[in-house]
Amino acid sequence: MNRLATALALAVAAASLVAAAEPQDLKSLKGAVKIDGSSTVYPIAEAVAEEFSNKAPGVKVTVGMSGTGGGFKRFGAGETDVANASRPIKQSEADACKAKGIEFVEIPVAFDGLTIVTNTGNDWAKQLTVEQVKKIFSADGAAKTWKDVDPAWPADVIKVYSPGTDSGTFDYFKEVTVGKDGKIRSDISVSEDDNVLVRGVEGDKNAIGFFGYAYYQENKAKLKAIPVVNPKTKAVVLPSPKTIEDGSYAPYSRPLFIYVSKASLEKPAVAAYAAFAIDEGGELADEVGYVRLPAAMYDRARANLAARKCGTQMIDGEGHERHGALADLYK
Amino acid sequence: MTRAAQGKAAGRSPAEIFAASAPASQVARRATDRGFLALCLAFTSLAVVILAVLLFTVWRDGHERLTWGFLDSFASRKPAEAGVKAPLWGSIWVCAICALAALPIGVGTAIYLEEFARRSRLTSFIKLNISNLAGVPSIVYGILGLTAFARLFGTVSADDPITIGDPEGLLYLRLPFGNGVLAGGLTLTLVVLPIVIVSSQEALRSVPRSLRAGALALGATPWQTTWRITLPASIPMIMTGAILAMSRAIGEAAPILVLGVPLFIRSTPTNLMSDFTVLPLQIFNWAGRPQAGFHELAAAGILVLLAVLLAFNAVAVVIRHRLQKAS
Repeated sequence: MNRLATALALAVAAASLVAAAEPQDLKSLKGAVKIDGSSTVYPIAEAVAEEFSNKAPGVKVTVGMSGTGGGFKRFGAGETDVANASRPIKQSEADACKAKGIEFVEIPVAFDGLTIVTNTGNDWAKQLTVEQVKKIFSADGAAKTWKDVDPAWPADVIKVYSPGTDSGTFDYFKEVTVGKDGKIRSDISVSEDDNVLVRGVEGDKNAIGFFGYAYYQENKAKLKAIPVVNPKTKAVVLPSPKTIEDGSYAPYSRPLFIYVSKASLEKPAVAAYAAFAIDEGGELADEVGYVRLPAAMYDRARANLAARKCGTQMIDGEGHERHGALADLYK
Repeated sequence: MTRAAQGKAAGRSPAEIFAASAPASQVARRATDRGFLALCLAFTSLAVVILAVLLFTVWRDGHERLTWGFLDSFASRKPAEAGVKAPLWGSIWVCAICALAALPIGVGTAIYLEEFARRSRLTSFIKLNISNLAGVPSIVYGILGLTAFARLFGTVSADDPITIGDPEGLLYLRLPFGNGVLAGGLTLTLVVLPIVIVSSQEALRSVPRSLRAGALALGATPWQTTWRITLPASIPMIMTGAILAMSRAIGEAAPILVLGVPLFIRSTPTNLMSDFTVLPLQIFNWAGRPQAGFHELAAAGILVLLAVLLAFNAVAVVIRHRLQKAS
């Protein structure tokens, strides 16, 4: 009887040792991980850093919020280990990294669905094509009134609300809507604080605006999301976690990335953080209002990280940005 | 008073004229007086009402989040578990450094300019510049602080810093400063220095010339006069200026942001080189988040910021009282 108890106790102890092997590793980890970049990605980075710090209390993780562009600037100067980005790296930013000898691994962590919203009192705009969105937001031949967009709509002046022009959100929307060389009209109300945009659109019957899906999700009762016609399938799609994940909400569903410096990956703390971000990022992104990637994407990211596959896959050999679904672009 | 009344008044004594004219003009003067008082009261109460409404809404949104756990936890994605420990201590460290640096330099500059400097084109040019600097947007000082303190004008490479002492210890020094509390405090010093100098100058100017003349006549040197007579007499006003300066420093987000300080950090400063974040940045971040829970946290953060500010000001008021009694 006594022997049996001892054997059982030993077996339990051995099992717990095996189970605890990995967390034990994280627990003894020391070092620092410096992260900076997009304010859109910040909530995800905050969640990942929080969970990672709980598992690895010896690692000092700091996350800044300088914006996607600002984050790449510091990343390219070698000041940070990880850059958060709400759009893929630009050729000029990749060149700056190259000049400094900084190589990086590109890791997608989640999707965000740019949601186009109007006032709840807007009963005419039931759907929009990308062409119509372009008519509303473009500087060239901008529609003054709703009637200019669709003759059946009222002849009231459109009021446009937009996130700050320095944000990755604005960059992405501009790129998709009017193209790289196009211009978004200048007679718009701009705010760095998306809550201000929510209030603006909420209080103006002729308003239209766009921001990340999380802001729409929190304010569903006050705003009306406009379904967008998918240019390829011609299907009319409302943004939702499902349509954003499976890519049918196109072209306004965008991937969010983290870029990890190859040199920093030599440090065990940074390597552990990057692996943790891939493993837990999707779940945590869901929790803070974003949409997780399909599991296959995380597998690809895991493989790329393990192989230290450097460079961006979102720019082709000639320096042009590649467009399309993330699953087709990111291998 | 009409012309006829003036004519009649001729030939009377001044006292009689005043007595006769008093009733009529006094009514008008009193009316003006009362009207002016009402106007002043209206403007004052307008300011007070706006402030009260602001404070009330912040209190209403934030007081339920204001618990010990809020003060003693780090940032979190869950509003219920998030707290201001890191930004609270960051703000306290940075403001203490700012006060310790800005007051001696600022008051010293004011004493030199008011008491010792000869009146020349150069000194009046310097004075003019200092007054103008008080109006420069704080983000400009942030860029200056980034170059001067965080990067030491690029004289020392950040990849290969010069360090003295143990990184975990209190007496750790690293060149360049990077974006630690020392760089933050000194950058805020730049922001508030013009305010401290200008208000200290005003304070010194308000001390009557006769006091200085008396001290000098008794054989005191200019230094003794300044240290024993002029400075003690002007300390209350200097402290008022210091309070205004600190209020500005603790609320600044822009220059700190330019230094590239992180927002998420799970440690409090241990030495002058420690990473830090400040309350205004955390409040700004929470206010911009989509979830309502974070908006409540932002309100609670504002209340904490106000409490820290009042604590700093209380210290200044106590010092002022002590010195007033002593002199």
